[in-house]
Amino acid sequence: MQSRTVELWVGLFVALGLAALAFLSVRASNLAEYRDGDAYTVVARFENIGSLRVRAPVTVAGVRVGRVAAIDFDNEQFKAVVKLAITARYDNLPQDTVAAIRTAGLIGEQFIGLDPGGAPDPLKDGDEIEITQSALVIEQLIGQFLYGQAGKSDKEGSK
Amino acid sequence: MIGPLQGLGARTLEGLARLGRAGGFLLPLLAAVPAQFLAPRRLAKQVFSVGVLSLVIILVSGLFVGMVLGLQGYNTLVDFGSESSLGIVVALSLVRELGPVLSALLFAGRAGSALTAEIGLMKATEQLSALEMMAVDPFRRVLAPRWLAGFISLPLLAAVFSAVGILGGYLVGVKLLGLDPAPYWSHMESGVDFFDDILNGVIKSVVFGAVVTWVAVFEGYDAVPTAEGVGRATTRTVVTASLAVLGADFLLTALMFGEP
Repeated sequence: MQSRTVELWVGLFVALGLAALAFLSVRASNLAEYRDGDAYTVVARFENIGSLRVRAPVTVAGVRVGRVAAIDFDNEQFKAVVKLAITARYDNLPQDTVAAIRTAGLIGEQFIGLDPGGAPDPLKDGDEIEITQSALVIEQLIGQFLYGQAGKSDKEGSK
Repeated sequence: MIGPLQGLGARTLEGLARLGRAGGFLLPLLAAVPAQFLAPRRLAKQVFSVGVLSLVIILVSGLFVGMVLGLQGYNTLVDFGSESSLGIVVALSLVRELGPVLSALLFAGRAGSALTAEIGLMKATEQLSALEMMAVDPFRRVLAPRWLAGFISLPLLAAVFSAVGILGGYLVGVKLLGLDPAPYWSHMESGVDFFDDILNGVIKSVVFGAVVTWVAVFEGYDAVPTAEGVGRATTRTVVTASLAVLGADFLLTALMFGEP
């Protein structure tokens, strides 16, 4: 084959490969998130984070405003310390905002939902969210339900 | 009793000797690589025969693998009511594992066997000796460009494979089975990490490209210079390269994704 045709094909091939890579990085991954890097961090402590993972979304009213940047364990209070990276645009969240760990669907991924309170001062970088609500652990719920049932049948039995 | 034992010993020694030859073969191959960038046209020709000619099989396989993943993933996830996670299932399995590995296996079958046959034939018709006679280094002129072309081509082919596969999953999941397109893409975006998943997939495919073409070029160079010898070498390339890819995949996966 003519060397010009060969070169043209190779050029097309390389372009196609790079386009595929670009498609993967922009459309199928979180690379875009790294770009809008301006974010401030707030900390929240939870009794139990369930299966929350780093990079899980942080939402307000269902709108994604940031993501979980890091998860750590506080060795003194025995609580999970979750660092939330919130996009700099959303800098008006009140200080008494409540952070709750929620689950998308019945067994979907866990995320953090923020419910803004009414305090006049906004959260700033490094602040801590005081009021938190832990993840709902299904095993505990089932356990409570079973204990409840057992208690009920005991009472019925003693009558 | 002595006969089979002796056969086993002979085969082990032969295998070890081949491994040693393949290792020794790598050094002059590596040494000849820098010179290739001085002759980009020769390299382009090899990228054409190794990469461009493998494109059709990669495109078709990628599309169908993605479509099957979409179908199977949907049928499994719908039982748990989490069919909206289809995008991330398809993307992660393609980007991390299936894209690099299946492309490498197809590449071994399509390009690797062709390379071995070509080089083996050159050896059988004494073209390699003729080059040496003319003081042209066959490593520099024949072997290294083909090896390097594998390095360059396979990552691109694997990226094409994954991208087409994700589109195939989209086609089946969203267009055929009626899933909502928004969660397909948004779950994928939030679940696939660029550095952890996509970049590791690319690194994998670079290693696979090097391994497959190394095996192919070595088998061609080491082939018994007869029609039968070249045929055997070609078969051996596909078997050895495929096994090497699967072994390397296990090692690389354990290294990259082993710890949480």
